Amino acid sequence: MFELPSGAEIQGIIASVQGSVGLFIPEIYLSALFMLLIVVDLVAKGRKNNLLAITTLLGLAGSTIFIYQQHGLPAGEIFFGMYVLDEFALFFKYFFVLSAIVAVVVTMADEQFDREVKSMGEYYALIVAMVIGMIMMASSADLIMIFLSMELVSFTGYILAGYFKRNPRSSEAALKYLVYGAVSSGLMVYGFSLIYGITAQTNIIKISLELAAHGSDSLVMILATLLVLAGFGYKIGAVPFHFWSPDVYEGSPTPVTAYLSVASKAAGFALLMRFFYVAIPHGALPPEDTLGIDWLSLLMILSVASMIYGNVVALWQKNVKRLLAYSSIAHAGYLLLGILVMDQFGTQATLFYLLSYFIMNFGAFYVVILISNKTGSENLDDYRGLGKKMPLAGAALTVFLISLVGLPPTVGFIGKLMIFSALLTKGTLYMWIALIGIMTSVISLYYYMLIPLNMYLRESKSPDEKGMNLALAPQIILAVLMMLTLYFGLFFTPLSDFAKYSSVMFGITLQ
Amino acid sequence: MEQLTTIGLNHYLTISAILLGFGLFAVMTRKNAIVVLMGVELILNAANINFLAFSKYNGGMEGVMFALFVIVIAAAEAAIALAIVINIFKIFKSVDVSSIDSMKE
Repeated sequence: MFELPSGAEIQGIIASVQGSVGLFIPEIYLSALFMLLIVVDLVAKGRKNNLLAITTLLGLAGSTIFIYQQHGLPAGEIFFGMYVLDEFALFFKYFFVLSAIVAVVVTMADEQFDREVKSMGEYYALIVAMVIGMIMMASSADLIMIFLSMELVSFTGYILAGYFKRNPRSSEAALKYLVYGAVSSGLMVYGFSLIYGITAQTNIIKISLELAAHGSDSLVMILATLLVLAGFGYKIGAVPFHFWSPDVYEGSPTPVTAYLSVASKAAGFALLMRFFYVAIPHGALPPEDTLGIDWLSLLMILSVASMIYGNVVALWQKNVKRLLAYSSIAHAGYLLLGILVMDQFGTQATLFYLLSYFIMNFGAFYVVILISNKTGSENLDDYRGLGKKMPLAGAALTVFLISLVGLPPTVGFIGKLMIFSALLTKGTLYMWIALIGIMTSVISLYYYMLIPLNMYLRESKSPDEKGMNLALAPQIILAVLMMLTLYFGLFFTPLSDFAKYSSVMFGITLQ
Repeated sequence: MEQLTTIGLNHYLTISAILLGFGLFAVMTRKNAIVVLMGVELILNAANINFLAFSKYNGGMEGVMFALFVIVIAAAEAAIALAIVINIFKIFKSVDVSSIDSMKE
């Protein structure tokens, strides 16, 4: 049934693999960094120092050089169509490496790690492993690679969520993340098997060609799309696949929460866009073939449900980490809006929104960590009067929250503006969806502003007049993040140009 | 009668759909974390049967490769899952998913 390849064919295969390896250098470098970190951990065992963190930071910073070298390379598939190299993938390579750098910086500031665990062990190695997985998620062009890279990200995520082994809340977070993650990835693989059955292909570009040439059974295709969406929806934390996120975000170590909410979510979006845009382009199947519903209408429902649910349920939250979890569900809804548009401007808006979410969300979690270092609590009531005790942290948190609401002059405003203006060019239905987005943003103003309200206008229950001074390094980082939020809110052209440059995906031409 | 005597693609797909149903049933109704993970295993193996059957009837090797990778991933997942469940048992003295719920409002 399957003939053995001849000698010449084997030579050809070897040459092709060798050619592909040259385009795979950042991933190889990061894998080497991962192994190096394990060795460094063994050498520095038991010693409480920042050796591991600094090695990680330097290593990650070094990887940007290799990513930069990929800019001039022609877009194309490598490793027999398993993997793809294009501007879209490059954007996410930078994104994930930068978010890992920020995650490490945030971890170094978190004093909870000193109390909960004896040594940092494999923590930083896992952060790097997750970067590799997420980069592969953004660059996969084959169902097998999509599945493998997603599982790499999920597995490291489970371990990181439960990193405080003795802490019940962290362990519970790991269990919930695991159970929901395992089920949704199982459903996704079942969906992949159906797609493979329909098309006999696993490469997403070949799948789209096959679907365009032969069509498909509408019912099976919708079922497969739904199942695949269960896997992707879990990664991006959209309603109705969000059940894990409040508990996981609350229980996990705060730097891990920040990392999951920014980077893992962005990886899910990268995959979602590449898979649906390239493999099952909207309009490739005639409407009567798909009962009139395809992934676009499913994503519309997901988006509207996420925006409404996330913003409304957040109103009742008393824990700031949990509040930010619900806000992150809502932001998944806004990001989905940009995907619904399905043109170049929409993609650009989504990428820009991801960048703005990166800055403001990491900033918000960073302040949460600094405050919980001093007060030992993440409860909204314990934030009373902190504005006077920690002036810089209070001001910075207010700026980040204003940006999360989407008010000028912050980067979050520009992100929302781009997404909504991309929607408004598309017609009446999209206008109504944009209207829902704007209304829910107004709702979100209330719960975000509860935090500054507590910090500035309410007095602390136990008033001790001494200020809580931060160390110099956190103050500088905080000031930089705050300045970036404001700076890119006014001078956003570099970011939006970069997002525009990155909105080119191999295998499909967006209008 | 033809359907009953000769094994075709439909038979494989039916078995896999039944397995998927059992897996989902276990995941949704069982409280024990181990049984939930067994349900996940059933779902993954349902997908494996699909892949192998389609691979046989479509005439490509991709499905076989995919099934191999799913098996490997399932093994890795079981390792991580059991480590987490053992840790949960040490802390909560229970592996009942519904009782491990300390973070509700």
